[in-house]
Amino acid sequence: MIVSQKKPFEEVLGYLDDVETVVLTGCADCASLCKTGGEDEIAELTAALEAEGKKVLASKVLTTSCSLLLNRKELKEIKDEIKAADAVISMACGDGVQTVAKNVKKATYPSNDTMFVGETVRQGVFQEMCKTCGECVLGRTAAICPITRCGKSLLNGACGGSKDGKCEVIPENECAWIEIYEKLKEVGKEAELEAVQPLRDYKDRTYPQTIDLRKQAKKGA
Amino acid sequence: MKSKLQQSLEAGKFTITSEMAPPKGTDFSHILSIAEDIKDRVVAANVTDFQSAAVKASSLSMCIELERIGLESVLQMTGRDRNRIAIQGELLSAAHFGVKNLLALTGDHPVVGDNPQAKPVFEFDSVSILQAAVILNGGKDLAGNPLEGTPNFFLGASVTPVFDPIEVQIMKMRSKIAAGAKFFQTQGVYDVETMRELKKQTEGMDCYILAGIIPLKSPGMARYMNNNVPGIRVPEEAIERLSKAENKEEEGIRISGEYIAQLKDEGLCDGVHIMAIGAEENVPKILDVAGL
Repeated sequence: MIVSQKKPFEEVLGYLDDVETVVLTGCADCASLCKTGGEDEIAELTAALEAEGKKVLASKVLTTSCSLLLNRKELKEIKDEIKAADAVISMACGDGVQTVAKNVKKATYPSNDTMFVGETVRQGVFQEMCKTCGECVLGRTAAICPITRCGKSLLNGACGGSKDGKCEVIPENECAWIEIYEKLKEVGKEAELEAVQPLRDYKDRTYPQTIDLRKQAKKGA
Repeated sequence: MKSKLQQSLEAGKFTITSEMAPPKGTDFSHILSIAEDIKDRVVAANVTDFQSAAVKASSLSMCIELERIGLESVLQMTGRDRNRIAIQGELLSAAHFGVKNLLALTGDHPVVGDNPQAKPVFEFDSVSILQAAVILNGGKDLAGNPLEGTPNFFLGASVTPVFDPIEVQIMKMRSKIAAGAKFFQTQGVYDVETMRELKKQTEGMDCYILAGIIPLKSPGMARYMNNNVPGIRVPEEAIERLSKAENKEEEGIRISGEYIAQLKDEGLCDGVHIMAIGAEENVPKILDVAGL
């Protein structure tokens, strides 16, 4: 899941100096799960904006804010309000905001900061689990990601900075490399950690990237 | 030609190095006057690379100054602040200025330093820096392009002997040796048992080990390090000795000197690396106590 967090309201308000009327769009996917873009949050932001004298013409929780075509279809249901509004506020992740903006001919503003790709540990608690590095190493690290869970993204094992098993960077976190070692030890594979890792190749990680399955299939065939 | 550090270790001599930090600012005069005082007592001085993630003059600039006054330098290089282009460039520059030794470190994270707003790099860790140096020593850059003039670094790395589980550190030592490390310096150690255990754990490994010595200045410093510095464990006896002593700094010097002598007598390491942290002028006094 893409975990987002609400921006301070003052920051959102700061975008709206010349704006009197807005449309709010939420997202039923990740942003709803992390309480930044569901029905409740829309109601909350609506009340806060109206208290500041702004008018919310319409709001809608989109099924998947990051789907360009699906958005286009769903936004048609509130097209008149969008046309009348001065601006749109997207209560999704950064991806959702950009996708919504492509579909409305209005200034579009975010209400959230996009934090990380993570896991819901329990309700309301999210942890960063994946840096989307494009070169997954979980197969040799006991399914614990050192790129994400090690505060320095080290590839060759622990640094000397851990104290009592905790990380130097964020001391409440466990040292990922000690966790990896312990887990590999359970299955007798800890010696594999001695292998020197090949240097990573970042030239294929230029961005923005596009993945086109049809092109890939053609290439394969 | 081999570095003096390499020659000393290969000759089986009990080898002494000292750590020196570049100044925070442009005035090198104080640290260089100390360098003059210790240069006949140590084989090489190991220059920190923005130690504790704090902004200072660079390791290379200080290494150049040390080489100029005839004190062999060890360039420290961390992965925190440089990508592979900058790391390779810095190593080539260092070799040009006569630096022959390299200590590869991962580096403290910027959040523990004095400019915590910095973006960390960590493209390379200690092991990958060693890999890079070996490739440069072979006359090519990491992409396989030939070099005009080739460095010949003697390579080292660090190990933290007080670590739970210690196997994690020992395995990383093996990775570092496989990547090219020939010598290790340890995090500051204070009890003989720690070095006995390290000797046992590293038996048969093809490397030299310099025990890290951080002289204590006060019981407060010892307690602070015990509570805050990863890998440091000062025994209670040492803290008690400091508490009872009239002159704490002198007592700290005696404790370090006696410890070094003991390590040497028992043959627990190939030498010592003294990290006096702002009191480098005490290095000769420590060595006097150690009889070195």
